[in-house]
Amino acid sequence: MSGQFMLDGQAVPFVDGQTILQAARAAGRYIPYLCWHPDFPPHGSCKLCIVKVGGRHVSSCALQASDGMEVESDTPEITGERRTLLQMLFVEGNHFCPSCEKSGNCQLQAQAYEHEMYSARFNHFFPIRPVDASHPDILLDFNRCIFCELCVRASREVDGKNIFALTNRGIHKHLVVNAESGRLGDTDFSAGDLAANICPVGVILKKRTGFRIPIGERVYDGKPISRVSMEDGE
Amino acid sequence: MANENAPQGEYNHPMPGRNALMSKVDDVVAEVVEGHRRDPSRLLQVLVETQDRLGHLSVACITAVAAGLGVPRSRVEGVAGFYSFLHSRPVGRYRILFSDNITDRMLGSTALMESLCAKLWVERGKVSEDGLVSIDTTSCTGMCDQGPAMLVGGRAVTRLDHQRITEIAERVRRKVPVAQWPAEFFHVDDNIRRRGALLGSRQAPGDALRAAMAPGRDGWLAQMQLSKLRGRGGAGFATASKWTACRDAPGADKVVVCNADEGEPGTFKDRVLLSGFADLVFEGMTLAAWATGAKLGLLYLRGEYRYLLDSLKAVLARRREAGLLGTNILGENGFDFDVDIHLGAGAYVCGEETALLESLEGKRGTPRIRPPFPVTHGYLGRPTVVNNVETLAKTTLIALNGGEAFAALGTPRSTGTKLLSVSGDCAFPGVYEYPFGTSIAQVLADCGASDTQAVQVGGASGVTLAAYEFDRRIAFEDVPTAGALMVFDSTRDPFEIAHAFVDFFAHESCGFCTPCRVGTVLLKDYMDKLARGYGAKVDLADIEWINRLLRNTSHCGLGSSAPNPVIDTLLKFRPAYERRFRSLDFEPAFDLDAALDAARRMTGRDDPGAHLDGAQEEQR
Repeated sequence: MSGQFMLDGQAVPFVDGQTILQAARAAGRYIPYLCWHPDFPPHGSCKLCIVKVGGRHVSSCALQASDGMEVESDTPEITGERRTLLQMLFVEGNHFCPSCEKSGNCQLQAQAYEHEMYSARFNHFFPIRPVDASHPDILLDFNRCIFCELCVRASREVDGKNIFALTNRGIHKHLVVNAESGRLGDTDFSAGDLAANICPVGVILKKRTGFRIPIGERVYDGKPISRVSMEDGE
Repeated sequence: MANENAPQGEYNHPMPGRNALMSKVDDVVAEVVEGHRRDPSRLLQVLVETQDRLGHLSVACITAVAAGLGVPRSRVEGVAGFYSFLHSRPVGRYRILFSDNITDRMLGSTALMESLCAKLWVERGKVSEDGLVSIDTTSCTGMCDQGPAMLVGGRAVTRLDHQRITEIAERVRRKVPVAQWPAEFFHVDDNIRRRGALLGSRQAPGDALRAAMAPGRDGWLAQMQLSKLRGRGGAGFATASKWTACRDAPGADKVVVCNADEGEPGTFKDRVLLSGFADLVFEGMTLAAWATGAKLGLLYLRGEYRYLLDSLKAVLARRREAGLLGTNILGENGFDFDVDIHLGAGAYVCGEETALLESLEGKRGTPRIRPPFPVTHGYLGRPTVVNNVETLAKTTLIALNGGEAFAALGTPRSTGTKLLSVSGDCAFPGVYEYPFGTSIAQVLADCGASDTQAVQVGGASGVTLAAYEFDRRIAFEDVPTAGALMVFDSTRDPFEIAHAFVDFFAHESCGFCTPCRVGTVLLKDYMDKLARGYGAKVDLADIEWINRLLRNTSHCGLGSSAPNPVIDTLLKFRPAYERRFRSLDFEPAFDLDAALDAARRMTGRDDPGAHLDGAQEEQR
């Protein structure tokens, strides 16, 4: 089956099996996301890609397109909800952009700019999350984790190592490392793993490369994430 | 069942050698893992059993389980951390959990817990210094008709009062094994107050099955269709459609799952079915197998109902002996079906059917992306029907009396009867069976409720009804419910009710999606702020906005229904919120003068200059 659906009033063609988000991208239309990745099946946890179909909110990364759908994405309502989801992600972790090595390359920060998020709105939770510097080449700073599980999935499905997993639940959910000590240095993790290169925020950082590219010249410093995503496929 | 008097884990041994410890952990884990055929999909069951024997799941224990099952350690740690009843740190040899539903609180559970903590010299949430006892709260244990209730080492104790608390404290202090505590402590009444078609049914095991086998599998499904039976777990999906879709799905290895994870606060009717009518439940599962061709049945029993496990297993054994389970059931060639029971471990979200399937597969109970639906991709990717305990029991009536007779009761769109778990401010709490279409007022009159201010139907995720709505009816098209009906008289504060449910959702969110993980906690923080007396009108705008995000953007029903109690009480009992405001516009979230206290102590000052000028504040 193939056909077309309407995205904010404009026709988008799709082929069988494509999700709304995939078909939109193929047609050059951007829908924001954080936990989705072109090389992995949809995850559906960040909810940034929500759209409205026939009056109902759905995750566009997960719902397959069907003929004649009316999809709303770039509307004040949905944008407002996406902004709040970003505010939620900011207050549950510890995100101090000015001192973060990932600043300018961070998708969370870039989405916040994209959605004109000028304040956190809610009280910060200030969770206590220790860092792990035990690995010779990689630093883990859990303060910035948004639970997209891209490192979990990449390590399990591509690297074949299962370095990461999530434990606990609710607001206490957090990443763990596959070692009895809980330390990354006691695993066979390597800087060349896909999992070491897939974090959209500043949790998994390479050592000895910090600030090599100055802030101001980084990926999202020159162009908004909507353009980077569509033009560079990132 | 946990054996509380046995040495529970290495932490209690006097100065054990590390090697001796390791070998004990390894031996126990090896035995448990072998007992589950080293099957990784049994991970949760392995962890439950291992913890029973070792007291808690230590670092070494997690490593041993991972090695034994051949799965990554991180996965085992992930699963162990998900469930409330699994512990990575030592807990007391007497592990006491007070049920924390609003109905328990209304019966005085908070004061009883404080009293027990004081008697045993232990702080809530901590382990006593001698490792003897730990005391905490847990989500509703399904004993609201005979609360306040607690779990001791996983066993339910009902009807707590100060005398019983004193007796319990004494036995803990004297280290009397739980198995030797008086049986009356653990007595659970069925409290059946009104019998209808199901609870009044007189059928022998196998009667319904024989009746359904006579017209053949298709003929049986046709009766199911005529009955218009809808799922009793709350969602109300047509059961026959589910069964048909599963039957027609490609794949020969179909599965029937009974959802006995009755976690919705205020619901206990499945407890009564499982204790007094287990044959009907298993017969219903077998009827589903007859319709769909499934050979495997799984019953997911919530950890809180673990005390029922032995009797359920006995019923299964009896049914096998009677030829009602196993191969060639009732002599029918190729009709093979058997049932295995899995234990939950304290996670409300596992009542959501795809989270339940994940849990059955030994994983974290995170709801799946749908579609695909369980009828095509369920347990281990196999076509699976997931039905509620009551739904399955009801199918026996359809088998015995036919679909049309079943549909004659109730309303055209909600056929048959519904079991209600009635608790709260009423004279006769218990289980009531009514035809669909019965009004709330009728239920209130029957259960001896008076001066009723509000009724919470469907549990925490349900709907709060005010007095002007008591003529509404229990039915999918009016007031749908999974079976809870909690009654609140005019002495109760609707804000407190909503606050309790908000706490519940924040505790039970699986944390998968952003809106539920963060939104339930934000909502709790706002409600806490209001409860402390620092709320302002502006907070209501934020609360309403968070409610909207939860409802619209959550991944599953837990998140989307989490704001219901607040939405309803704000709409129907707004003064309960507004009378808590100190000002109608803005109020700081904390007491400014109290915040200076640490600075005053450090500087040794307490003169007027070290305080905020109260008079000035007032003028402002």
